[in-house]
Amino acid sequence: MSVEEIATVKSEAPEGRERKLVIGVIVIGLALALPFIDSALRLNLGTKLIPIGIFIILALGLNVVVGFAGLLDLGYAAFFAIGAYTVAFLTSPSSELLRALGAPPIDFWLAMVVATAVAAAFGVILGAPTLRLRGDYLAIVTLGFGEIVPLVIRNTPQWTRGVQGMNPIGTPTVPGVQFGVATEPWYFLVVAIVVLSVVLTARLRDSRVGRAWAAIREDEVAAASMGVNPVSTKLFAFAMGASFSGFAGAVWSSYLQFIDPGQFDFSVSIFVLVMIILGGLGNIYGVIAGGIILGSFDRILADTISDVLQTIGDATNIELLRQADVNRARSLILGLALVILMLVRPEGLFPSARRKMELHAAEESEVEAAQQRSTLYETQR
Amino acid sequence: MSADGMILTAERVTKRFGGLVAVDSVDFTIPPRAIVSLIGPNGAGKTTFFNMIAGLYHPTSGRIVFEGRDITGLPPHRITRSGIGRTFQNIRLFQNMTALENVLVGRHGRMKATPFEAILRTPRERREERETREQAKALLAYVGLAGKEDEFAKNLSYGDQRRLEIGRALGTEPRLLLLDEPTAGMNPQETAQMTTFIRRLRDERGITVLLIEHDMKVVMGISERVTVLDHGTKIAEGPAETVQRDQRVIEAYLGRARTA
Repeated sequence: MSVEEIATVKSEAPEGRERKLVIGVIVIGLALALPFIDSALRLNLGTKLIPIGIFIILALGLNVVVGFAGLLDLGYAAFFAIGAYTVAFLTSPSSELLRALGAPPIDFWLAMVVATAVAAAFGVILGAPTLRLRGDYLAIVTLGFGEIVPLVIRNTPQWTRGVQGMNPIGTPTVPGVQFGVATEPWYFLVVAIVVLSVVLTARLRDSRVGRAWAAIREDEVAAASMGVNPVSTKLFAFAMGASFSGFAGAVWSSYLQFIDPGQFDFSVSIFVLVMIILGGLGNIYGVIAGGIILGSFDRILADTISDVLQTIGDATNIELLRQADVNRARSLILGLALVILMLVRPEGLFPSARRKMELHAAEESEVEAAQQRSTLYETQR
Repeated sequence: MSADGMILTAERVTKRFGGLVAVDSVDFTIPPRAIVSLIGPNGAGKTTFFNMIAGLYHPTSGRIVFEGRDITGLPPHRITRSGIGRTFQNIRLFQNMTALENVLVGRHGRMKATPFEAILRTPRERREERETREQAKALLAYVGLAGKEDEFAKNLSYGDQRRLEIGRALGTEPRLLLLDEPTAGMNPQETAQMTTFIRRLRDERGITVLLIEHDMKVVMGISERVTVLDHGTKIAEGPAETVQRDQRVIEAYLGRARTA
């Protein structure tokens, strides 16, 4: 290849692609270095990073459903629970299913694949009859589903051990690596999954099906008239999101070694939804940023702020501050943040270009109208 | 092609919305490689009829046959894939997608890559994406939007949006193209350009065209046959000149002359 040829190839590459690659490498590098920074500075973040990572995986999956395909899913945690419980059923020594079958616990990796498939299957079962509904109805149905799943788990203790929860749960097996109490192996596993999820969702977004999602989100009738099957396209998005959630659930249950229905209630669905709205619907990097911001608020900052407030309270002898616990105000703070965001920046902190346009279309036409009005006024004068 | 040699045959097609009969037992045929028009005053049932062919509405009774295949009641995407493309009266582009992406969505039904292949970026998938982009660019050039590939649809001028809608429909590889008032809101010059373009579609690409028009003048120049609907029934059919002089058509458009 001659120098000129190389030059043309380079100029043909889409703009910003190299920049994205560089940012990606830096972010991955930082993520990989984090445990070492953590131990060097004695920040003791280890155990807090894994839930944040799991939340990022959840957010990436929900972004496919809500951000790409425009389907509002308010019961996303249900699939998280389904994934977690499937793994528990298949790998826990306390599993009634295994006892009934007389089978030994199976390998975690296999269980994880099964959990992903089961969650996707539930996505299809829930989606097939409901995706024909319009947006608002879908939100209500998924909301109901999100409530039903933890309830079923609570009320079938003969299988799920109800509110007592299930433990222990099988762990991944990698030669030479011990997945136990030490957080590093878990951390690197989660980072690997996040990277994989980013590649996967980005490729889907830029493919035939990704364009079909965007088209359906914009105008379902027009999309159908262009040969896009709306039902199967939406169903695929739904199943894809569910399988991400199931997958995350599998890792979560194995990491935590204990699951109970309380971990999968409505607030989890909302928390993940807030993450992607905060970060910027439809934009993969924005969604990750949203996950990091809210995840670290939830797991790290809330405690730190509480500590600081309590220290101040002790020093100044103010009773209110001494007993301060930001965690109790978690919902309030999240809600406030969301309201403020919706008012100030409805497209999220790092929006995708398309979403930004959608949300500002009304304003633009207002500006245009104002300009037209003023020109009319000028000419009349 | 069906036995009667027609590309599309509609037999006694009726559509009721509750008590309202929007289209009443209309028989209609389109010969291959023809440009035929469906005209009529507001509320005559033109768009309803059109939407039944495109699969957006299911006929209450009657039958629609395309190239010898019964397509009555098929969903829109199946009808599109069987070879019928369409545009909309009130432009329905994907506003926040680029011109190129709009045409790419039009190519959707003609592409084969599965999501699984997309995830793996298989050579076949990459080749298909590359080829489809080339085809889409060629189509944009054909409708006169060369160089505007990366413009967002909403930022295009009104005339360009109309062109893009046709380009997007051409992406579906239609053998029959349904155009719903393609010259609505255009000035006389733009209208003339569009009329020439519609004729080119037939002459160069062999596409049969069904045109809905509100405006009599537009259809006179290009259509071989004109069908007039009024209050959901067919009141006249034939060559433009004959239809234009038809007493019932004049009445439908202008009202009945008062007789002493």
